[in-house]
Formats: sequence, C-alpha cells, structure tokens
Amino acid sequence: MSVFKDLFRSKPKYVTVRPHKQGDKSEKKEIPGGLWVKCDKCGNILYSKDLDKSLSVCPKCGFHFVIEAKERIAQLIDPGSFEEMDANIQTQDPLGFPDYLQKLYKYQEETSMKDAAITGKGHISGQPVIISVIDFNFMRGSMNTVVGEKIVRAFDRASKEKLPVIVVSGGGGGARMQEGVLSLMQMARTCQAVERHQRNGLLYIAVLTQATMGGVYASFASQADIILAEPGALIGFAGPRIIEQTMKQSLPEGFQTAEYVYKHGHIDRIVARPWLKETLAHLLDWHGR
Amino acid sequence: MANITVLDFEKPIIELEKRIEELKIFAKERNLDLSDEINNLQTRAEKLRRDIYSNLSSWQRIQLVRHPQRPTALELIDLIFDDFFELHGDRLAGDDEALVGGIALLNGEPVTVIAPQKGRDTKENLERNFGLPHPEGYRKAIRLMKQAEKFNRPVITLVDVVGAYPGIAAEERGQGPAIAEAITVMGALKVPTIAVITGEGGSGGALALAVGNRVLMLENAYYSVISPESASIILYRTDSHAQEAAEALKIGSRDLLDMQIIDEIIPEPLGGAHRNPEAMGRLLKESLERNLAILRGLAPDELVSARYERFLAFGKVADLS
Ligand SMILES: [Zn+2]
Repeated sequence: MSVFKDLFRSKPKYVTVRPHKQGDKSEKKEIPGGLWVKCDKCGNILYSKDLDKSLSVCPKCGFHFVIEAKERIAQLIDPGSFEEMDANIQTQDPLGFPDYLQKLYKYQEETSMKDAAITGKGHISGQPVIISVIDFNFMRGSMNTVVGEKIVRAFDRASKEKLPVIVVSGGGGGARMQEGVLSLMQMARTCQAVERHQRNGLLYIAVLTQATMGGVYASFASQADIILAEPGALIGFAGPRIIEQTMKQSLPEGFQTAEYVYKHGHIDRIVARPWLKETLAHLLDWHGR
Repeated sequence: MANITVLDFEKPIIELEKRIEELKIFAKERNLDLSDEINNLQTRAEKLRRDIYSNLSSWQRIQLVRHPQRPTALELIDLIFDDFFELHGDRLAGDDEALVGGIALLNGEPVTVIAPQKGRDTKENLERNFGLPHPEGYRKAIRLMKQAEKFNRPVITLVDVVGAYPGIAAEERGQGPAIAEAITVMGALKVPTIAVITGEGGSGGALALAVGNRVLMLENAYYSVISPESASIILYRTDSHAQEAAEALKIGSRDLLDMQIIDEIIPEPLGGAHRNPEAMGRLLKESLERNLAILRGLAPDELVSARYERFLAFGKVADLS
C-alpha cells in the first residue's frame, strides 16, 4: 500500500466515471460480473469500484490503466463546465477503402463516438481551456481526417478566443491507414494549427499517455510548450516491433517509456494521474497572470 | 543504355528488341534486305512499349521507382542545377549523409535544395543508411530552411525516401519531434517552397520535407501514409497482397492529383526516369522554373497564408449535426 499512499499525497476528489469496458484488451482484463479487474502489471485483483475512485490507477503498484476520453474529461474538467465541440463530424471515407465504413460503424456503435477524438471547451479549476482527448477504443486512437479536423478546429477556436489548449494524446496514435495520404496530411494541418496558436503567444500543454506514437507524436503532440507524460506511457515515432525487426537486436529495458523518453530530454515532467489536474491548474494559473 | 536491370513486366519489350537486333545482324551478315520485317517489328516494339508503359499498375510503378538505376537526388541535382554547394551538419550532433542539402543555382538564381539521398551501390547505401534519415538529417534540413528564409532563397526539396529510420538511437535523439519540427518550420517559411516527390514518398519522413507551396510529383512516384507491404501485413497478415494494398491506398500520381494532394505530375521518359536521366532532368527543371515563377509573384505573408490554405483544404468531413 505504500505506493498507493505516495500516489495520493492529497485525497483525490471523487469523480463519476463509466464502468470499465472490455475494449482495451491489452491493458485490462475484466472478470465476469464486472466487479473485479486484474492489474496487468502486478497481477493483483482489484475492485472496479476502488479503481474508479483511484482514477484507474492500480492502488497496489501505480499502474496507469488506459481510460476512455470521456473518463479523462471527467477527471480533468470541472463538473458541468464541459461543452463539446464538433461531436457530429464524421469521415467521408475519402479513398473508398475496402470494408472501412463497416468497421467505422461498428466502432461508432460500440463507443457512441463518431471518431477517435473528443474536443471541447471547459474549465480546469475555474480556468477556461480548450481540451482535446484522443480515445483508444476508437480504432486505436489513430489519426484520420476527423481527428485532424477536430484538433485544427480546437486550436483555431483557442486562437480566436485567446485560450490555452490542453491535448491528451494516447491510444496508439499512428496515422489511420484507411484514409491513406489524407491521414498523413493531418500531420501538416495540426502542426500548422499549433503554429498559428503559438504565434498568438498562447499556451499549449500536451499530456502524452499510453501510447503516443507515429504520426501523432511526430506532429502536434511533440510541438507543445510544455510536455507532460503519464508514468509508463509508451512514447515514440517508430513502433518497438519495427525497430526490433530493423535492428535485429533486442531493445534496451524500458525503451520508449515515458521515463526513458524523459531521460533523453523529450518531455518536461512525468505526472501521475492523481496529480494531473492539479499540475495543469498550476501551469494554467501561472500563464494566465 | 546497356546493363539496365530489367523488370518482369518489361521482358516482352526486351525480347522483341533482342529479336530486332539479331535480325539486323543476320541481314547484314547475309547481305539481305530485311528492312520491311525489321520496320514491322520496330513498329510492334514501339506499340508494345507504349501499351506496357502507359498502362502501368500502381505496383509496376512502385517497381520502377525502386529500380536500382533510378537517378538519385544528387544525380538529379546535377542535371537540374547549374552548380551545387553542399552544406553539412545539424550543428547539434552530426551530419546525416542520408539527407543532403545546400545552395544551388537554378538558371543563375540561388535556391536551397534539400533531399534524402539513397546510395547507388551497397557500399554507398551503407554510408547513406539506404537514404533513411536520422533526426540529424531532419535537423540539418530545418537549419537549411531557416538559412534559406534569412537570405530570401526559395526552398526546393526532392523527396525519395522510404521513411525516417526506425532505430534505437533515432528514437533516443527524438525522431518524432525532429519530424514535427521540420513540418512546422517548412509550413511557416516566408520564402517559396516547392517539394517534388521524385520516387518513394514514405509517410512522415517524406512529409517532413513536403510542406510546399507547390507539391509536384514524378509520374511513377508514390506518396503514402504506409508502405504497401506494411498495409498488406495489417490487412492480410502477409506482405503478399502488397499489389492490392497499393491500389486501395491510392498512392500513385494520378490519384493524388485527383485528390489535389499534388499540384502537377511531371512526366517521366518512357519506361521511367532511369531510361533517360538527362530528359528527366530537363523536364524537372522546366517544371521547377515554371512553378517558381508563379510563387515569386507572392509576398512573404502571402506565401505563408497560401501554404496554410493549401493544407487546410485536406480536412473535408461530413457534418451530421
Ligand atoms: Zn497493479
């Protein structure tokens, strides 16, 4: 329990979260009944209810479970202050890619989201921000025209209203193959939107969570003024398997984890989930003075 | 043009050409007039060449741009520009030979040229890491772009790159952030920028050098978010469906022109750039001059906003509300 105590320096505020879903197979195994969850890292059996209270961080070992975008917003944004933007935009399947729409509709049904990102305006400890969160459950958080467009609109609105932007990236974050080169173009579009926002002297904080890779990391996610990361999050450009195949040698321990990337100078600070809101609130306050 | 590697789909042409040569020798030796037969075969060969090369599938074009004798960036630079002064190093950690850059003269006018560089043979490929840049390459590109802006030089990139190098050291030194920075810097340059996809336009590693006011493409080149082989592995769990994946991904110059991802297709000599590099150089030069003349009419701020608008257009979505 010592890790648990370390993690919760201050008593966490209670937040309402949705029950854990089966969607994330690699990170979370649900035992029938939905009351118990086995921690992937330490193997301990945890009460779902306890896990909800600990913001989906294992109270035994500090492992950060992947959480849905909606849960993230509930954790970070003051209750009742969130106003979602562009909830109803959807891809036009620009390539007419085989089987893509069927797949997309299946994800839409499962997640009740139109695509892999939620954006909106809300308050963090009373301070207005534009926030954008990428969701693992929707095609592994891959970037397509919709995700790109939502990020662009979020930054552009923030530029217009002189607001800071918080981006929580994660879920995998490669460019979505089914929209081909148009997914690739989102790297350019989002970087341009960040640049327009930066030119106005406005603050952009990125929170890199499990996993921020490929096209998302090589565009807007690594272009923030301040880059925070959750403990253990995988962060990088090329996937570890591709690197292993190319190099034909095994990877160093902890390779591409937030801790490893931090050591190599690419992120400002690793922040455990229970302190994330507090940390963001601090930074927003200092930049708002 | 002796000793050019022959691709499978080119074999019927090569066989016919061989028969014509044999017939010519035979006629000369025997002092026979076979000119009718020879002319006939030559007409047939010409038709066959046109049939085969003007109906290439995406996959056949990919084979052409991966052809071992396809002109590399430095060879094209030599053919297009009057002079080229290469500049080295990222001023941080090293000089990446997989990406070259420097100042060149295009019809007497200085421009900055940046290009990933593949090797000609195994030895050079090892030196140049098969044209797969490390972060140092992208940071050299960023340095040269900013230098170009300072001296009001247009930036021309020639892009033939499978992708950014996937390796431990590349990750440790920030491959992702280096690419993001290159995209951002190139996107905001106050000088004309022209990118030419000359061969393989491989994902983020290519886009990092392709945020141009104008994006041009050689006829047989491809530009894709993922290699057809990797897409095949994701879709079919084997790379043997790469041909179908190449079609589905719409990565060829005609599809990309339809989608307005590129502004212009630069035609290649029949059979691909390697069959006539000098002609390829002339066609490239003509296109660069013409496109640069258009951009030179724009003020610095107009160049930036025109480039923003160009890429902003790639966000078409359906609004269901
Ligand atoms: Zn645990």
